[in-house]
Amino acid sequence: MSNAIAAALAPPTNPPEAVTLPPPSGFFRRFARNRVALVSLIVLLLIVLTAIFAPVLAPHDPAKSSLRNILKPPSAMYLLGSDDLGRDVLSRLIFASRLSLVASVQALVIAVGIGLPLGLISGYIGGWVDTVIMRFNDALMSFPALILAVVIVGLLGPSLTNAMTAIGLVYAPRIMRVVRGSTLSVREEVYVQAARATGCSDARIIARHVLPNITGPLVVQATVLMGHALLAEAGLSFLGLGVQPPETSWGAMLGTAFPYLAQSPTPTIAAGCIISVTVLCFNLIGDGLRDSVGRARRAGD
Amino acid sequence: MSENILEIRDLVVQFPSPHGHLTVVDHVSLDVGRNEIVCVVGESGSGKSMTMQAAVGLVQAKGGRVRSGSVRFDGRELVGLSTRQLNRIRGNEIGFIFQEPMASLNPAYTVGEQIAEVVRRHRGASHKEAWRRAVTMLDRVGIASPASRAEDYPHQFSGGMRQRVMMAIALACNPKLLIADEPTTALDVTIQARMLELLKELQRDMNMSVLFITHDLGVVAEIADRVVVMYGAQAVEAAPVAELFRTPRHPYTSGLLEAMPQVALARGQPPVAIPGAVAQSYAWPKGCRFNPRCGFTVPGTCTTEPIELLSHGPALVRCARTEAVQPALLHLSAERKAPAA
Repeated sequence: MSNAIAAALAPPTNPPEAVTLPPPSGFFRRFARNRVALVSLIVLLLIVLTAIFAPVLAPHDPAKSSLRNILKPPSAMYLLGSDDLGRDVLSRLIFASRLSLVASVQALVIAVGIGLPLGLISGYIGGWVDTVIMRFNDALMSFPALILAVVIVGLLGPSLTNAMTAIGLVYAPRIMRVVRGSTLSVREEVYVQAARATGCSDARIIARHVLPNITGPLVVQATVLMGHALLAEAGLSFLGLGVQPPETSWGAMLGTAFPYLAQSPTPTIAAGCIISVTVLCFNLIGDGLRDSVGRARRAGD
Repeated sequence: MSENILEIRDLVVQFPSPHGHLTVVDHVSLDVGRNEIVCVVGESGSGKSMTMQAAVGLVQAKGGRVRSGSVRFDGRELVGLSTRQLNRIRGNEIGFIFQEPMASLNPAYTVGEQIAEVVRRHRGASHKEAWRRAVTMLDRVGIASPASRAEDYPHQFSGGMRQRVMMAIALACNPKLLIADEPTTALDVTIQARMLELLKELQRDMNMSVLFITHDLGVVAEIADRVVVMYGAQAVEAAPVAELFRTPRHPYTSGLLEAMPQVALARGQPPVAIPGAVAQSYAWPKGCRFNPRCGFTVPGTCTTEPIELLSHGPALVRCARTEAVQPALLHLSAERKAPAA
C-alpha cells in the first residue's frame, strides 16, 4: 500500500523537472514565477547593459556622418540603415539609450523627491495640512501630463534637464497619491501606536515605521512611472523640447527620422520599437512587482 | 519618594464627535503602588483603555484630549508634558503592551532589531550592546534559542510568541511601570495562563508595578493585588482583590461575578448575564449610569443626581444604595470557594 503510494508519488522521469517547486515564500521567488515580468526584467537589463557598454558595442561612431551613405536601407555595413546625415542608426540608438534612461531616472528622482516627503507628511499629519497639499495635488493632476510639461519647458527653455524637471514635477502628484494612501493605512496600524508607546517621535515613526512599510506600492508606482517618463521624454524630444543636438535620445531620433519616413522607414521604426519595448518592460515589471507585493501583504496575516 | 508609582486624579478625557465632545473618561482616579499589580476591569467602551492611553499621552495622536485632571508618575506630573518629554518616559520608564500581538510588531524589521531599537534610543546603548540586550530579553520572556530567533521576522512567530516579544520590548529598559492593555485577550486559554505566569514572575524579579487592563475576572483573580471596576467612563468600585471577590459592593461588580462560569459552577447555577447594554457615551442615563440595568434601582435616589465615589469599608464604591444593597449581593465567602485563583 505505502509502496504503491510512494511509487505513484515518485517522479516518473527527469526528477529535477518533475519535482514540484516548494511553495513560494519570498518576494523574489514570487516575482520569478511571473514569467512575463521576469522576461521583461531580463530585456530591460540587456538594454541597460547596452547603454553602459555603448562604446564597446556600437559598430560605428554615432556622430560620424557619411554624405555618400544618406538614408541607406539596412545592410551588412549599417545593420539598421543610416539616417539623413549618413550616420549609423544602430550605433546612434545604442548611444541614445544612455540619455533616454538617464533622463527617465532624473525625472523619477524629481518625482519621488517631491512626491514622497509631501505624501508622507500629508498622510501622516492629516488635517488641514493634508487638505492643502491634496487640493494642490488635484490641481496639478487635472492637467494632461504632457501639456503641462510642454508649458513648463516653454517657461524654462528647451533642454533635456528642463524637460525632465518638468516631467518630474508633473508626475510628483502620482507618487504623492500612492504614498499618502499607503501612509494613511499604515498610520492606523497597531505597530505605529506601539512605536509611539515606546517613545518614538513622529519623525522617527515616519522614517522607521511608515516608510519601510510603504515601499511596496511606492516601488510599483515608481517602476510604472519610469515607463511613463521615458515615453514623455521621447514625446518632448520628438517635439524638439527635450534633448538638443548633437546629443540624442530615442525620442529625438524618432523626431529627426520621421520627416524621411517615405524614403527610409527603418530609423523611425527602429526608434519607435525600442521606445515601445522599453516602456512595455517597465510596465510589465511594475505589474509583476504589484502582484508579488500584493501577495506578500495577503500572506502576512 | 511617594508611596505610589502612579496616581491618576480626576482624569477627564474627551473626543470630538458629531454629538459634541464625548467624555470617554470621566473623573477617573486610581493609584498603583510600588510592586503592585492593579487590574482595571470593565466591558468594552467603559473607558479603561482610554484611561491608560491618556495617562501616557497617547490619546492626542488619536484626536482626543485630556480635559482636566492629573497623572503623577513617580512624583512627576505627566499631563501637560511635551511629546518630547513624554517620549523620554514612554518605553523607558513606562512599558506598554497592546491587545493585538499579531499587529503590534512592525513587519519590516526582525524582532531583535525592534527590541534593540528601544534600548538604543532610551539607553544610548551601542548596536552591539543593544542587540545583546535584545537576546537577553527574548531569553527572559521564555523564547527558545533567543540568539537565532532574534533574527527572525514577526511573521515567523505565533501569536503567543509575539506577545512575549512585545513584553520583551516593553521591559527592555527595566520600566518602573508596565501598562498592559488586555495582553492576553487575543490568546488562547493555555497560552494565556502561561503569559500570566510569566508576567507575575517578571513583575517580581524586576521590581515593577503593573497596571493590567482586562475584561476577564478570571485573569483578575489570577494576578491582581487590587482591582478597579469601570463602567460608563467612571470608576464604580475599587477594592483589594480578595475583598472584591468576597464582598462586591456595587451591583455591577456583583453582576460581573455572577456572569463568570467559574462562579456559576461553584454555586451550581447557570451564569447570569447582566441585562441590557452599555448606553452610548453621548447619552448616559441621569444619576447612576448603571441604573437602567441594575436590579436595585430606586427611582429618585438612583436616577436624578450623579453618584459620588465614596469610601465604604476597605473599598471605594459609586452606588447611592450600597448600604442597603450590599447584603443582597453575591457573597462568595458564603459559597463553597472563591473562583479559580
